[in-house]
Amino acid sequence: MTAKNVVEIRGRGIVPGRVEGEALVSHETISGWGGIDPAAGTIIERRHELFGVCFTGKVLVFPGAKGSSGWSGFFQATRLLGTAPLAMVFTTLSTKSALGAVVTRVPTVTDLDEDPLILVRTGDLVTVDADRGIVTVRPVSP
Amino acid sequence: MRLADDEKAMRDGAEGPAVAAAMNLLVRYGEALGAEHLCDTRNVAGTMTQPSPVKERLVREGGWPKAFSVINLDSDAEFEIPHMRVPTCQLQHGFSDDALGVAPYPASMVDLQADAESFYGAHGVNILATCTPYQVGNLPVRGEHCAWMESSAVVYANSVLGARTNCEGTASTGAASLTGKIPCWGNHLAENRHGTHLIEAEVPVEGFLDWGMFGYFVGDLVQENRPVVTGSLAQPDLTDLKHFGAATASSGGVELFHLPGITPEASTVEQAFGGPPPHRLVYGARERRETYELLNSQGSSSDVDFVLLGCPHASIDQVARAARALEGRTLTAELWIMTPRALRTVADRNGYTEIIHRAGGRVLTDSCPAMSKSAPEGTRVFATDSAKQAHYLPAILGIEAWFGTLEECVDAAVTGTWRGELR
Repeated sequence: MTAKNVVEIRGRGIVPGRVEGEALVSHETISGWGGIDPAAGTIIERRHELFGVCFTGKVLVFPGAKGSSGWSGFFQATRLLGTAPLAMVFTTLSTKSALGAVVTRVPTVTDLDEDPLILVRTGDLVTVDADRGIVTVRPVSP
Repeated sequence: MRLADDEKAMRDGAEGPAVAAAMNLLVRYGEALGAEHLCDTRNVAGTMTQPSPVKERLVREGGWPKAFSVINLDSDAEFEIPHMRVPTCQLQHGFSDDALGVAPYPASMVDLQADAESFYGAHGVNILATCTPYQVGNLPVRGEHCAWMESSAVVYANSVLGARTNCEGTASTGAASLTGKIPCWGNHLAENRHGTHLIEAEVPVEGFLDWGMFGYFVGDLVQENRPVVTGSLAQPDLTDLKHFGAATASSGGVELFHLPGITPEASTVEQAFGGPPPHRLVYGARERRETYELLNSQGSSSDVDFVLLGCPHASIDQVARAARALEGRTLTAELWIMTPRALRTVADRNGYTEIIHRAGGRVLTDSCPAMSKSAPEGTRVFATDSAKQAHYLPAILGIEAWFGTLEECVDAAVTGTWRGELR
């Protein structure tokens, strides 16, 4: 890991806080109701690229929310059941994703100046500084 | 986000701690959206009574006040809950006692929900218990700011009624019910209500099946955008547009569409776009066939053991048509038709329920197999006239699906065999 590989993406923090952790990247939008199991913290949509994968404790990087208006309630349940992601970084802001991030209460950054779905890979070490609206990406391999 | 004086007072506790917590959530949410201010609403449709494992635990620990504080206000503290400040209704929830012995669903959940109904009913929540509140006593008027959940109801309220609501969630509707406020963002603003895509039907769109397929095509095409649909469209009725909107919100995330000359905010195509229309996209015979095949791509066995009608919840007209189709028949497969409890009462008075029961079918209320994750024991293959239920139920219950007309569904329930085809 060298400093020159470090990428900084600037956006808008919508839930405050600063954390550092491993990225889990979904290129597909995520459903709440019918899409995740809050008890296990996993993606359960059968045709989803992350089917069966656990997001607990990960920096979840994804395009945005889709599906039912139950989205925020399902992500709130991950907080109440101890399976929430560590942070969220998403590109498309909607009422579902905004409220979902707020009630999950994890540091969240959106409205980004570069596309995190291109710049971040699963396993990268990511710092989400939602107080300043900065996402710092340290690739695991060159 | 700017707060008005009454909003600052609520935030600072003038109306008590539960209202202050509600305003705290609305401020966090509104600022996350980038909303400039809140707007007044006197029409909230949310969910408080639906059982879940988390809710069951919270009720055990601190009763319904704790469940409402934690889930519907997103608070860590637990408050006494005041009467709803503005008219608020409960959307669809879990199965009720009418499903006991019919749907495999825990009796403890039915009891928990009945207990919730007593609590919330006493606090001013109207227990409409349906995904179609606009059918049974909550019919917003044009321009009315609402705070609604349930994607099929949101798209109906915005598009068919010209009301203004975003697709809200459990906590934002809970907070709105105690404050009469919701972030003024998205669909609440006139500049966000013009069409983005023009889709022209070159094949006739007439009847429940075709409106559902057209909606499924349109939603898949435009995703979260705002379609304007024209072409060879027959005059739709409530059930057609209920099906069309629900389908657009299943294959995509449509919250607002315009049907020039029919829906209230667009007399013409130009008015729908607020200017010149974009390049036209076509729904022709090939697209219709592909949509039908997509909806029927989740079935391989033609041995149908369950038929589901009434998604979104059936109108009284749909219940009447189902009764006529079932009169004098004997079913081999299970058949459920979902409808709001208020319309079930009408169906009982008219004798429709008895006709359906005599054939071996069931008229159920409050919920649906997707919401309650419950179909008849041993179901492997189901048939439905609903594009939305065909979209969701295979994933939720791991079963195969067939999509067709009411008559084809009834035929499958009688014979146990799917014989549907696109005509």
